[in-house]
Amino acid sequence: MSIPTDQALLLARWQFAFTVSFHIIFPAISIGLASYLAVLEGLWLRTKNTVYRDLFFFWSKVFAVGFAMGVVSGVVMSYEFGTNWSGFSSIAGSVTGPLLTYEVLTAFFLEAGFLGIMLFGWHKVGPRAHFFATLMVATGTLISTFWILASNSWMHTPQGYAWQDGRIVPVDWLKIVFNPSFPYRLMHMALAAFIVAATLVAACSAWHLLRGRKDAAIRKAFSMALWLLLVVVPIQIVVGDAHGINTREYQPAKIAAIEGLWETETGGTSLNLVGWPDMDKEETRFAVKVPHLGSVILTHSWDGEIRGLKSFPKEDRPNSTIVFWSFRVMVGMGMLLLLMALAGLVLRRGGRLYEQRAFQRFVLLMAPSGLIALLAGWITTESGRQPWVVYGVLRTRDAVSAISAQQVGTSLMILILVYFAVFGTGIYYMLKLMRNGPDLPRDAAEEDASDTGKGQPRFDHRPLSRPTDPIDE
Amino acid sequence: MSFDLPMVWAAIIAFGVFLYVLLDGFDLGIGLLFPFFDREHDRQVMLNTVAPVWDGNETWMVLGGASLYAAFPVAYSVLLPATYLPIIGMVCGLIFRGVAFEIRAKARRSQRLWDLAFMLGSATAIFCQGLVLGTLLQGIPVVNRQFAGGPFDWLSPFGLLAGLGLLVTYATLACGWLIMKTDGDLQRRIYVAMKPLVWALLAIIAVVSAWTVLGQDAVARRWFAMPDLFFFLPVPVLVLACVFGIQRAIRQKRDRQPFVLTAAILFLGYTGLIISIFPNIIPPSLDIWAASSPPSSQKFTLVGAAIIVPIIIVYSAMSYWVFRGKVRHDDPGYH
Repeated sequence: MSIPTDQALLLARWQFAFTVSFHIIFPAISIGLASYLAVLEGLWLRTKNTVYRDLFFFWSKVFAVGFAMGVVSGVVMSYEFGTNWSGFSSIAGSVTGPLLTYEVLTAFFLEAGFLGIMLFGWHKVGPRAHFFATLMVATGTLISTFWILASNSWMHTPQGYAWQDGRIVPVDWLKIVFNPSFPYRLMHMALAAFIVAATLVAACSAWHLLRGRKDAAIRKAFSMALWLLLVVVPIQIVVGDAHGINTREYQPAKIAAIEGLWETETGGTSLNLVGWPDMDKEETRFAVKVPHLGSVILTHSWDGEIRGLKSFPKEDRPNSTIVFWSFRVMVGMGMLLLLMALAGLVLRRGGRLYEQRAFQRFVLLMAPSGLIALLAGWITTESGRQPWVVYGVLRTRDAVSAISAQQVGTSLMILILVYFAVFGTGIYYMLKLMRNGPDLPRDAAEEDASDTGKGQPRFDHRPLSRPTDPIDE
Repeated sequence: MSFDLPMVWAAIIAFGVFLYVLLDGFDLGIGLLFPFFDREHDRQVMLNTVAPVWDGNETWMVLGGASLYAAFPVAYSVLLPATYLPIIGMVCGLIFRGVAFEIRAKARRSQRLWDLAFMLGSATAIFCQGLVLGTLLQGIPVVNRQFAGGPFDWLSPFGLLAGLGLLVTYATLACGWLIMKTDGDLQRRIYVAMKPLVWALLAIIAVVSAWTVLGQDAVARRWFAMPDLFFFLPVPVLVLACVFGIQRAIRQKRDRQPFVLTAAILFLGYTGLIISIFPNIIPPSLDIWAASSPPSSQKFTLVGAAIIVPIIIVYSAMSYWVFRGKVRHDDPGYH
């Protein structure tokens, strides 16, 4: 039996980080877009304004590709739990396995029933039945989020379990699912998905506006996305703050690492705005501090106490250099998005929103900001949980399989090649669809020629066959 | 609990895996036949026969994997490290093939490239599944509920034979499927291709059976113990009957029998496999009770599975019903 080496552990962690980061892009897009599509269809049914219907057709193509990529890239990860993390599967699988299975069942239920109707059934079922299908798809993506976040949150704040013969066994499923960090994490992720979708819709519209396409569909999409950001970004900031307070209670080492805080300061903790946490020297170099701000943010009081990293044994500390900066990238993106949404509000006066090119360029530039914030946030919370895979219960080094560094390294290389080839193609195709834009406004005579559902078999439900645009022309 | 939860879950997973092998078997097998049917017209028809169902077929693999993880985490965490690289190969093969299947319909200049990805992806996925199967049949050393073998245990003559065996099996299934779903010149050529494949399938089954019986005392004892032998004897006899049945159906140009009988051979082979290893889930030493998650996990997951799995079955059956009958090139709207 080969003993896992430090390199094998490190490579296995890199492999998971790589595959999960690539994966999460697609679900985030499809969760956000699914709800957007439900709103569009609801507005179309209510107002009969064809702009909403055209936008629905257009974004359902992008959604379909994102959904397909999400399903495929997710499969890889469920196998990684076995190949690379068999210690985790064997010790904690009795808790995380059922949660994952529920996610799979939900996803297949949704895919089997409603996705096909939503993507291909426009001409085959009545408008109300179709709208119902779209609502079910949107709900289904959120239920999938529910199960995955339940499993992930349990790994951060485990409860409702017991040890038995060296294994974790579930005792109370309600406690397992509704663990202390779950409500915050679920809200934070769902809102993040909405923000991701809204930044993409806004940027796509900005691109078409900049190219001189200013028809009603483009303007409507631009306006809707900016309204959404104006509402959701502030809520996200409040939820994020609450999430942080929850983390301080249950994972204080993570908070100390995020803040680059080494000593437990009395009489109010200052906040390191920027700096370079040095794990060896146990200090944050080049720190720019604001007195009391740390306490104000994390305890909502003038001189609340926050434990410093030195109060944790060295082997229990997460890497502060990483999470300090990933956290600041996330917050920075959030602040830029807030600025963007506010600027949009100001420009609405006098209708400058659709004319102000500098602003449109800014929105275009911010296209990846939602995704960057999302990834940075996940890096913060997952790296911040280290060195534990189940916080305080199971160490990451005890979760890895008995595999050699060569095996993990080889599979990592293969996966990198496959991912860039396959999902690179998927991303390229999504961008291409966005570049083509929604159909131009049509005459009444042409109305019926919209491609959704025409000539599609009755029960076709493969998301990738929804868009028909050529990929290489 | 009045009934044996691990047995219930073992039955569910055995059922799921069989459905997977049968259903994804014929659509993966089409990737193997692709190189021999070079005309775009033929390829289009071949793909159209599985276009509405192939991704539903793969549902069963994901469901089987997730159920194994939830109900038998120990088996999951032994089998996957033991077959590390074949698993990665299978997953990558399936990804390539699935994406190629869809993208080739949208591709103009790059279509040949996607066809290549489709063929190689299918072949890799099947061969790797065979390697996993071979490794499992040969037995995996388990110490302390952990895999205790080497990183290349799967690379054995028997594993390679099983890989080859699965290639032949899926290609035969695909022939049967296509004979049922096509007509004219294409169907005639598939009749011709299927004949030698069925003999090859019989040969492979014979060699694999002999190898496991001769190589593993436990398997031999299971099969040749009296009076069990009389209960098990129909399995090989029926396999032979099916093989001759297929050859006759090919001669008489009956277009449904080849698929049905190939599926029957698959079922018999699968049954034989279960007879050989039961009640182990990982031979030679890990049985389904030792590999189980606690009852609370199995019960909790069973609730969801009991509701959703029947719905998926009904829905899949409906898809097949809607798309029954021959597929011709001018049928509208498969892509």
